[in-house]
Amino acid sequence: MSNIPADLLYSKSHEWVRVDGDTVTIGITDHAQEELGDVVYASLPTVGRVLSAEDVFGTVESVKAVSDLYSPLSGEVVEVNSALEDDQTAINGDPYGAAWMLKLRLTDASQLSALMNADAYRTEIGE
Amino acid sequence: MSYLPNTDAERAKMLAAIGVNNIKDLFVHIPQEVQDAADFSSLTDSLDDMTLQRKLITMSSNAADLNSNACFLGAGIYDHYIPPVVGAVCNRSEFYTAYTPYQPEVSQGVLQSIYEFQSLITRLTGMDVSNASMYDGATALAEAVIMSCDLTKRRTVVLPANLHPSLRSVVETYLEPLGIAIRTAAQNPVTGVTEIDTLTEEDACIVLQQPNFHGVIEDLGAAVAAAKLVGAQTVVSVDPMSLGILETPGALGVDIVVGEGQGLGCFPAFGGPLLGLFACKKEYIRRIPGRIVGGSVDTSGRRAYTMTLRTREQDIRRDTATSNICTNQALFALAATVYLSVMGTQGFKQASTLCLQKSHYLAARLADAGLPQRFSGPFFKEFVITCPAPVVDINKALLEKKMIGGLPLPDAPNDMLVCVTEQRTKEELDSFVDVLASFVKGEVA
Repeated sequence: MSNIPADLLYSKSHEWVRVDGDTVTIGITDHAQEELGDVVYASLPTVGRVLSAEDVFGTVESVKAVSDLYSPLSGEVVEVNSALEDDQTAINGDPYGAAWMLKLRLTDASQLSALMNADAYRTEIGE
Repeated sequence: MSYLPNTDAERAKMLAAIGVNNIKDLFVHIPQEVQDAADFSSLTDSLDDMTLQRKLITMSSNAADLNSNACFLGAGIYDHYIPPVVGAVCNRSEFYTAYTPYQPEVSQGVLQSIYEFQSLITRLTGMDVSNASMYDGATALAEAVIMSCDLTKRRTVVLPANLHPSLRSVVETYLEPLGIAIRTAAQNPVTGVTEIDTLTEEDACIVLQQPNFHGVIEDLGAAVAAAKLVGAQTVVSVDPMSLGILETPGALGVDIVVGEGQGLGCFPAFGGPLLGLFACKKEYIRRIPGRIVGGSVDTSGRRAYTMTLRTREQDIRRDTATSNICTNQALFALAATVYLSVMGTQGFKQASTLCLQKSHYLAARLADAGLPQRFSGPFFKEFVITCPAPVVDINKALLEKKMIGGLPLPDAPNDMLVCVTEQRTKEELDSFVDVLASFVKGEVA
């Protein structure tokens, strides 16, 4: 069973979202890292980049595949976890903690309602 | 299957489809003077083998080849010495006949040769990483400029006015559909070096050719400093032969180094095929185009080689790949590897030094004969002289004396870009001066 914290929101493309006022923190889920296998590289956007919902904001490369990362929400990148570019092991080891990827300042908070809660995400991934 | 691949009817259908009348019409873009340079009229539609061979040998003997003529023509393709061991290794069938030999299970020899090539190119350029090579120096430069735009997220690049016209043309072809704008940095008309004080924060990179199209050595350190001030990168297209004596671009802080590697053990042929070099700082390795071979270990723990960082490439990443090149110029990369290995550090430095010394000897003798250099900047093996007559006329006189003259400059028909490699003898250099001096004295009408 994947770890799916109850206090987060989830996208169909397996990103998690932690809401803190008008800023959200985004990463990839425990299920996503499990499916990818050992991640060997992560490419993240630069601070200041403006993303629309469903834009590709980066890529993760594992020993099995390369996957694009999709922003679940629209906003401006205000912070990036650049430590991940040098050491990706947290993506497998601590996907909801040390492996947070970026922080967005939302431009359209109403998009949050389109995301799933933990129960819906668990159903989505068939657990 | 029939021996003839296409019937007359099929040919007519294909010609009609593309809107030309006959096969000959496919070659109309070749300039008339080039078409007229050789007489092909004796080659009728069909000839027996022996007659055909005899006719072709006779025709090719009329061509001015580099074995029987002293070459003063350069401009990107150079008549450097090729030690026989280069051909001996490259012509081995394991290397010569293999195509896309990248499978680590069966191609350790080729992969190791590519790994050695990369190691040699990084050492030569002073950069951290090199790819497995590219088609030629022009496409390598275009890819470098695109990579710089990707890395900086900027959409304008600065090309020098004294960039080789062919390099510029290829870069323009690559950039136009991407919507990347080109600005041009002026050339100092006296020294011949590029004026680099015009960079802005819109510019992804400044490109310099080292030495530039006119043979003048650019100040790479100054370009790097100016680029850093606006957060831009420095991209250099280098003549690798000059790196036997010049400071490496890596030591000067250049971000991406590309170059035409033909001079490293590859034939000038008819201007190709060529060998593209591509090296950069390690932090950019995820954005590098083309193949990269890495050192690894096999299941028994022995040293082994395999392609690495494959996820940059088009067959995996499709439209988000860093480039559409999924190959390398393996045979010529091997030639460069053998060449650099057999020359060694000392030999390569000597060849480089000889180019410098001989070209400076010729330039001094020409100046004494009344043929001044157009630019005052320092030069390596090529320089521009202003002649008293059109260069095409002078080159005819040179050819009569078994010498291939320099390139007439596109913007000045009396200016000749003269190239002197380590292969030129003092006798050849003196004969060259004699022919040009006769034009100065007005002995030739």
